[in-house]
Amino acid sequence: MQIKKTGVAGTVESSDIIVRIEPREEPGVELTLTSSVMQQFGRQIEKVIRETLAELGVESALVDAVDKGALDCTVRARTAAAAYRAAECTDYVWRTKG
Amino acid sequence: MGVDMTKIPHLDCISQNGVYRGVPERDFSTFNARMRASDKILPSLREAIARTGLRDGMTISFHHHFRNGDYIVNMVLDEIASMGIKNLTVAASSLSSCHAPMIEHIRNGVVTHIETSGLRGELAEQISRGLMEVPVVFRSHGGRAAAIARGELHIDVAFLGAPSCDPYGNANGYNRDEENATICGSMGYAKVDAQYADQVVVITDHIVRFPNTPFGIPESQVDYIVSVERIGDPSGIMSGATRYTKNPKELLIAKTAADLIEASGYFYDGFSMQMGSGGASLATARFLREKMEQRGLQARFALGGITGQIVEMHEAGLVEKILDVQSFDLIAANSLKNNRFHQQIDGSYYAGYDNEGAAVNQLDFVVLSALEIDTNFDVNVITGSDGVIRGAIGGHPDTAAGASLSVVVAPLTRGRIPTIVHRVNTVVTPGAAVDVVVTDQGVAVNPRRADLIERFRKAGMPLFTIEQLRARAERIVGTPEPIRYRDRVIGLVLYRDNTVLDVIRQIDET
Repeated sequence: MQIKKTGVAGTVESSDIIVRIEPREEPGVELTLTSSVMQQFGRQIEKVIRETLAELGVESALVDAVDKGALDCTVRARTAAAAYRAAECTDYVWRTKG
Repeated sequence: MGVDMTKIPHLDCISQNGVYRGVPERDFSTFNARMRASDKILPSLREAIARTGLRDGMTISFHHHFRNGDYIVNMVLDEIASMGIKNLTVAASSLSSCHAPMIEHIRNGVVTHIETSGLRGELAEQISRGLMEVPVVFRSHGGRAAAIARGELHIDVAFLGAPSCDPYGNANGYNRDEENATICGSMGYAKVDAQYADQVVVITDHIVRFPNTPFGIPESQVDYIVSVERIGDPSGIMSGATRYTKNPKELLIAKTAADLIEASGYFYDGFSMQMGSGGASLATARFLREKMEQRGLQARFALGGITGQIVEMHEAGLVEKILDVQSFDLIAANSLKNNRFHQQIDGSYYAGYDNEGAAVNQLDFVVLSALEIDTNFDVNVITGSDGVIRGAIGGHPDTAAGASLSVVVAPLTRGRIPTIVHRVNTVVTPGAAVDVVVTDQGVAVNPRRADLIERFRKAGMPLFTIEQLRARAERIVGTPEPIRYRDRVIGLVLYRDNTVLDVIRQIDET
């Protein structure tokens, strides 16, 4: 997935995360994360964001995330939505659980 | 008729008084003129401090009935600092975020030790990060009352803000004659300081005529009075009414708690109760009220921090008497002023550990909040999920231990933070005093209370183990990484008997 412009998803409400994804010239994902639960869950949130982007095939991006205690499922959803918007991509493959 | 005068006890004392010397010079001015000439009222705070003889190394005390609207602590410490007095212990019944200016006085060596029920805001943040060399001593309200009465916590000078005071020192948190600029209702925690401190300075913004009845603090305990422009910010001292929560999670918890109490065997005609502050515990009162009305039950007394909800129940005849150590809202304060069976009590009467008749020991049940509860049923109400101090012990361990049924209410998770954990950051109330934990996603009963488990089962109430609740929380939010602490102790948490229950360490942010 190619990041073409700035894509944003999420809010700054509690239990949500706002993810902003921009194009980056160099390869690799550069991530800045601030979180209200940084000490307890900072590494876990970063892991989920990176995993989600990797699954989508995003190889180069500048990511800024401001977390207000979102659960993993929310982090995954917001990251994917921001990436799809940034890639101007609409062919989202809906997955159903089980 | 040989009368042996020497059999009068203390005859030597009487004889030392000498013989009658006549009536001292009488004052023929009017009562009103005399009142104005009272020499307890001093022209300035500075003069009052000087007159108490306050010097380096002494202990000064404050009350927290003005909550986050308090001006007294900052005002007194600024004045003391400008007089060059240092190395003081501040023994406050509690401290709030409005007391952040104390940080400067700690840096400058004016304040070198703190004893309190709790800390909040910037002061708490800085202390959690190692601001003070000497650890803060945290006590419950009942533990503090006991420590003061025993002399373990000796107060040299108490500086007590009062919304009304007459020229001889009869002080109170309200006034029956005239409207007050500020009103705080009960002055329960200040009453202990007034009784035991060597010197008592009342600071007021409202000098009223003698006699200021009823009084919370009697003139016999007051040495000096200072009149100031403002003792606090009325909107920070109390709000109009404590609102009913609309949060559906809290309502669900409250309804469940009320159902459990009804089935517990402690809900009968003539019961006694305390509702802690916090949305869910306050809402429990509403559901209990419906049950009382349905079944025609009356409570003998309600204790504690008193809110408008309890007052409404009292005025509706559902609660016979109110014992009020601290009024939480204006409705409660006005009820204390107007209702005959709404009684102001002091911290020792409320919860004093050495006081067998303490009101907490007469409680059937108490509903309390929690930041964290662990699988031992230990409860933390003082340190946040990041290890930073952000609360107060209050009467939590006092009421939990004293009541026949202690119910702790809390959401299973707050945002991403689990409430039920393996081990709480800080033990404030030991699990041996916690009977039932009610969350929005299930109830756990302490295995020590097999009697309750049987009753709830018979009533068809679904129960979980505390470990099941903990696992459920973890499934939702994941496993948090542990907080990193340094070895350095920044606070001691005392149990209500003033033994050391736990320590709080400096957080490690490197």
